[in-house]
Amino acid sequence: MIWNATVPFGAWAVLSGLLFTMGAAGFLVRRDPIVMFMCIELMLNAGNLLFVAAARYLGVVDGQVYVFFVMTVAAAEVAVGLAIIVAIFRRKTTIDVDEMSEMRG
Amino acid sequence: MRAYLWLIPLLPLLGVLINAWFGHRLPRRVSGAVACLVVFGSFVLGVAALIRLIGMPPGQRIIYHKLFPWISTGGFESAVALMYDPLSAVMVCVVTGVGFLIHVYSLGYMAHDPRYPRFFAYMNLFTFAMLMLVLADNFLLMFVGWEGVGLCSYLLIGFWFERKSASDAGMKAFIVNRVGDFGFLLGMMFIFAVFGSLRFHDVFKQVAADPATLTLTVTGICLLLFVGATGKSAQIPLYVWLPDAMEGPTPVSALIHAATMVTAGVYMVARCWIMFLNAPLALTVVACIGALTALFAATIALVQNDIKRVLAYSTISQLGYMFMACGAGVFAAGVFHLMTHAFFKALLFLGAGSVMHAMSDDTDIRRMGGLMKWLPVTGVTFWVGTLAISGIPPFSGFFSKDEIIWSSLAGPMGSWVFWVFGVVTAALTAFYMARLTFKVFHGQPRMSGEQKHHLHESPPSMAWVLILLAVGASLAGFLNIPPAIAHLLHLPERWTAAFTNFLEPSVGTHEQAVYLLEASVGGSQIGFAKLAHGLQHNAALEFGLMGITLALAAGAILTGRWMYVSRPGTGTALARKLPFLFRTLQNKYYLDEFYKAVIVRPGMALGNALWRGFDVLVIEGIVNGIAIATAIISRLFRVFQTGYVRNYAAGILAGAILIIWVLMR
Repeated sequence: MIWNATVPFGAWAVLSGLLFTMGAAGFLVRRDPIVMFMCIELMLNAGNLLFVAAARYLGVVDGQVYVFFVMTVAAAEVAVGLAIIVAIFRRKTTIDVDEMSEMRG
Repeated sequence: MRAYLWLIPLLPLLGVLINAWFGHRLPRRVSGAVACLVVFGSFVLGVAALIRLIGMPPGQRIIYHKLFPWISTGGFESAVALMYDPLSAVMVCVVTGVGFLIHVYSLGYMAHDPRYPRFFAYMNLFTFAMLMLVLADNFLLMFVGWEGVGLCSYLLIGFWFERKSASDAGMKAFIVNRVGDFGFLLGMMFIFAVFGSLRFHDVFKQVAADPATLTLTVTGICLLLFVGATGKSAQIPLYVWLPDAMEGPTPVSALIHAATMVTAGVYMVARCWIMFLNAPLALTVVACIGALTALFAATIALVQNDIKRVLAYSTISQLGYMFMACGAGVFAAGVFHLMTHAFFKALLFLGAGSVMHAMSDDTDIRRMGGLMKWLPVTGVTFWVGTLAISGIPPFSGFFSKDEIIWSSLAGPMGSWVFWVFGVVTAALTAFYMARLTFKVFHGQPRMSGEQKHHLHESPPSMAWVLILLAVGASLAGFLNIPPAIAHLLHLPERWTAAFTNFLEPSVGTHEQAVYLLEASVGGSQIGFAKLAHGLQHNAALEFGLMGITLALAAGAILTGRWMYVSRPGTGTALARKLPFLFRTLQNKYYLDEFYKAVIVRPGMALGNALWRGFDVLVIEGIVNGIAIATAIISRLFRVFQTGYVRNYAAGILAGAILIIWVLMR
């Protein structure tokens, strides 16, 4: 397939990079696990975006297939993650991640 | 015949399984009955096999029964195989017969013990191991039984393990026996290295075929085996465990430490008669150790005040007699004394148990006296045992002891020295037994009012056993009437030395012994055997010596009566006059102290040095050093583990960026 879209690949890559950076920064600075999950989703979707764009640019379908896998894994991860958050909340009546530092060496 | 030989050891094993697994759920009566019945079953089978054996022609009286191959690797083969010959037959009948009576006695004696089924499980296990020992047809299986009885001895000495003295005594017995077993094991390896087989039949055939060249090797083997025998049969220098073994329940002392297990050494020496006769040096060592032990232990028994300890030293002394007979080359005499001793010593121990039962478990003869009035059955049967062990006719001890004393002179390796030892020991034996019996059953009662109030004759199960054993102790001697007496009384041929004649296929005749001895020392130097051969038929000499022994024994008993009944203070006065001798004897020649200083202390010191020096410093040092090093290194890395999710996330991000940077460079 030929790259005949109006938006150049470089723009998709920059957008993906921006989204990823926002996700990473948000993950690092926020203390609310719900928001942190959203940040993770943002980073995953930045990856997805790059996958799709690259697949279109290179004219192969592999990248688009990968996106399905990433979305499945992300869904599963969120399901498990939310369950863990509920469990933690039941135990500690807070979900502030800075309160969860029992693994300190 | 073969079909049920294997049942003899199997029945007691069955009893062990029942009592060990279900004993605590069964009613006491059932658990005890099972234990007694399985031993009785073995006894019946043993007697049936014995009758079958007697029905066979004398030369072929041997039954082999291979159960299954056990070890089979390369050049080494060993099977679980049984052998029933006259020697095994005698041992099986003694072990199961006397063992059964002692089991029955235990029903009453142990009636109030909380660990009743366990006691009977151990007793049956002992019977099983002892039967394997005497039925084995090779050294390896015999060693299994040998260790098995050692284990049961340990378990039963320490049966009342709440008492520290009992558990200490158990350990002492086990450790001292380990020294002896080490000798046995080395001897066994030596046998395999030289003969390439451990079967009695193969080994003895090779020795008999070539006695002259093998003498030196066989001497080494026999000395090592005899080290094992000194441990198990409590001879100098390894006898120290037996007096302490009296901490166990009295039926155990009677069964294991008087009648059966301690005779395993004598059995083993008699079983290896061909080898021992091929090693005159080893035989001399056996006789010397036996004679020394007999005299030595008898002197200690003179002054002990614990009823069971007197009997324990007496057992050591009698075992010395048996070894002396074996060492003189007359194995049949040793085995005959083994049998009669099993009867009268079991009787004496069980009598002592009955006395303790009545005396609220007091064992000090200084607090007894006059018990005949309260314990008539025990008293009379104890007297039978005393007369038997003192060698007063017609009790069994007279025949067996007289045969030993005579053969210590007239045997192929006999000598006047051994005879003197034998006679002096006989006099001492009569004296200490008279002292014991008179002090316990006659004279003024010396017990406290409380004890006196509780005095009672033992229950029927115990009393009947005493009576049966007393019958055995009285009559067993007639199995083996010496030829000289039989000739004098014109007894029929089959009454003469019946036991010896029966046993001879297993332990050799006088002619075979002389032949083997001559072959092993090379012909001409064998003057002593020829001399002994001439002595053997000198009836006048035999009667004369018998008279000396008898007169000494009777005199010793009368002296005992005079010292402890007519003039009760004499013993104490004598002790005060000879304080050094008395104290030495009372402290058993300080041999326990000597062992403690020479072996136990250095052993403990070495153990301590290894513990503190090697184990703590080196072994623990290495292990702890690794742990400490890990802790120190990990302290550096701990700081990275903050526990905050965002720090880890930042780390991951930084790592990812680093990798991408490296890849894109």
